[in-house]
Amino acid sequence: MAERTLLDRLPVVHQLRQSVGLQRGMLVAGLIMTLVFLLCAALAPWIAPYSYSQLRGADGVNFGAQQPPSADHLLGTTVGGFDVFSRVVWGSQTALLVVVIAVLLSVFIGILLGLVSGYLGGWVDRVLVVIADAIYAFPTLLLAIVVAIAISGGQSDLWSGVMAAAVSITVVFIPQYFRVVRAEVVRVKSEAFVESAKVIGASTGRIMFRHVLRNATRTLPLVVTLNASEAISTLAALGFLGFGIEPTKAAEWGFDLNRSISDVAAGIWWTSIPPGLAIVFTVLGVTLIGESLNDLADPRLRARRRAAKSRTPADAVAATVPTAREELGEVQ
Amino acid sequence: MTIDLAAAPVDQPPAALAASRKSGGSFGRYVLVRFLLMIPTVFILVTLVFFLLRLTGDPITAALGGRLPADQLAERIAEAGYDRPIIVQYLEYLGQIFTGNFGTTLTDNRPVGEVLITYGTATFELVVYALVVALIVGIPLGMVAAALRDRWPDAVLRVAAILFYATPVFFAGLVGKLVFSVWLGWLPVSGRADARTGIALNRGDGTGIYLIDALATGNGAYVQDVIEHAVLPAVTLGLVTAGIFLRLVRTNVIGTYNMPFVDAARSRGVGEFRLVRKHAYRPALIPIITVIGMQIALMLGGAVLTETTFEWNGLGSQLTHYLAARDYVAVQGIVAMIAIIVAATNFLVDIIAAFIDPRVRY
Repeated sequence: MAERTLLDRLPVVHQLRQSVGLQRGMLVAGLIMTLVFLLCAALAPWIAPYSYSQLRGADGVNFGAQQPPSADHLLGTTVGGFDVFSRVVWGSQTALLVVVIAVLLSVFIGILLGLVSGYLGGWVDRVLVVIADAIYAFPTLLLAIVVAIAISGGQSDLWSGVMAAAVSITVVFIPQYFRVVRAEVVRVKSEAFVESAKVIGASTGRIMFRHVLRNATRTLPLVVTLNASEAISTLAALGFLGFGIEPTKAAEWGFDLNRSISDVAAGIWWTSIPPGLAIVFTVLGVTLIGESLNDLADPRLRARRRAAKSRTPADAVAATVPTAREELGEVQ
Repeated sequence: MTIDLAAAPVDQPPAALAASRKSGGSFGRYVLVRFLLMIPTVFILVTLVFFLLRLTGDPITAALGGRLPADQLAERIAEAGYDRPIIVQYLEYLGQIFTGNFGTTLTDNRPVGEVLITYGTATFELVVYALVVALIVGIPLGMVAAALRDRWPDAVLRVAAILFYATPVFFAGLVGKLVFSVWLGWLPVSGRADARTGIALNRGDGTGIYLIDALATGNGAYVQDVIEHAVLPAVTLGLVTAGIFLRLVRTNVIGTYNMPFVDAARSRGVGEFRLVRKHAYRPALIPIITVIGMQIALMLGGAVLTETTFEWNGLGSQLTHYLAARDYVAVQGIVAMIAIIVAATNFLVDIIAAFIDPRVRY
């Protein structure tokens, strides 16, 4: 393998060069969609014509409720009299905020617990594993609902709403990081370099954080991307069930969809389709990145140019087997 | 299996009998161990939910606070025993759950157990329909994608699977409703049945599963009505899950596709489709069954959203209703019930997996 430059070692850039064909297409599409989402969140005040809580224009006239799309309101107005387009744009900011907080919190806590539990073992480890497994098996949304109640008790201004959603998502995700990191730590801790560190008298804390942790995080970027997309869905689902953030405090796509249920029966499409498409677009973008990274990390799923061209079975075997063996490092 | 052995004729060679009895015993022990492992799962979830919901205070203040004067509120709290130490209440709650008593809802004074049975059947019906849709759509398409790997049908199917996954079930439901119910007028907008059918089916002696009840009446119009109402919710929830199944089947079949025995079959001239169906699919079945089991549990989360979207009167829409009313006794009961269902599903999946693959047992 050629020497890897610094640029090459950045997580996504490396995978981008590694990918071919459809997988590259999916990765690029995902990156572009995520970029659009990030730009939308960052530039919301300039993109959106109105504020998310604005009910009347500069001339002091009310927007009116359920107005069809027009030049003034590109996507019409909601049942509450808000501008749909503006709320969709502002919604990206709320989503980004929640995802970043949720992922940071759950990565931090999950890694810490996984590291301690995996390295130290004993009854703490066993108890944590049983708890993590129980939470892992439970429908994430239901747990998120319960946590949201516990945190906000129904209060819903921007920060308590965002924090409630973020923390509920965190609680649901911690077991996933915990399991991934713990499994890696258990594998790494029996390696020779850990033993040598012990022999030269390094403290437990130093071994854990300097030697084990650095070698146990290789699958994390993948889990993070997959979780980020799940976080957006969970936030929207919470909002849809009425745990949203008050419309005057922030814009949230799931909440807007909840308000549009009755509009749909009346044939009003512009209140439900735009926020829904925004969710699909964002989740799709992040999922495409996560999926591509996942496939590229697994040699069995990575597309190979050579194998595809071979025609006879013997060629196929000759073409795939050695590379596969090499990449897998002779598994099994 | 064990029963057969007990009744086995005495003239069997003793060694063979002992050997077969041993293998039967290990399966029995496996089942027992798995069954006992359900208990900590349910226990942990019930405990977690109990303490999380109490973080906000007692249920009576949450449900009725602001609507009753302070002295009456305090009286109600004392009456229900919510002024006692939390640990006493917790132990009492555990004891109640153990005897199948989930408490009484605060807002409309109904036994939670009754709510669970009445609305649980509706949710069960929805999840079964959705599962059927998901299996019929997801598994064959996953096999096709694996067989035609990296060619255009695979590309289309994979993008479709990710699209299904990325679409929130409630948004898919709203779009389906808009297109098929409002614009095209083919299907009813919401509910489990028309008012007339609903009255006919709710006479009290039914199973609560509308399709069975409608068939029992023998009235074709009722059956048609019930099926028409079920199509959109079932397809919505089913397709979201089908995306997951498709991806899962594809990944696992491709995994076994590279195994030497598949290459051996291919070199004998077995066609690609037969290769997937007969050779690569079977070994891939174990992880698929395990994940399908987990998905059934997760579908309950999706069912909550689907039911809210379609006003399908099941456990999920009741949960939303009680959440809005801040009736945390009811919420706690429904969530505890779901925890039990989840644990039971996982238990069944483990047993089926062990039954198919003897290597799983230990």
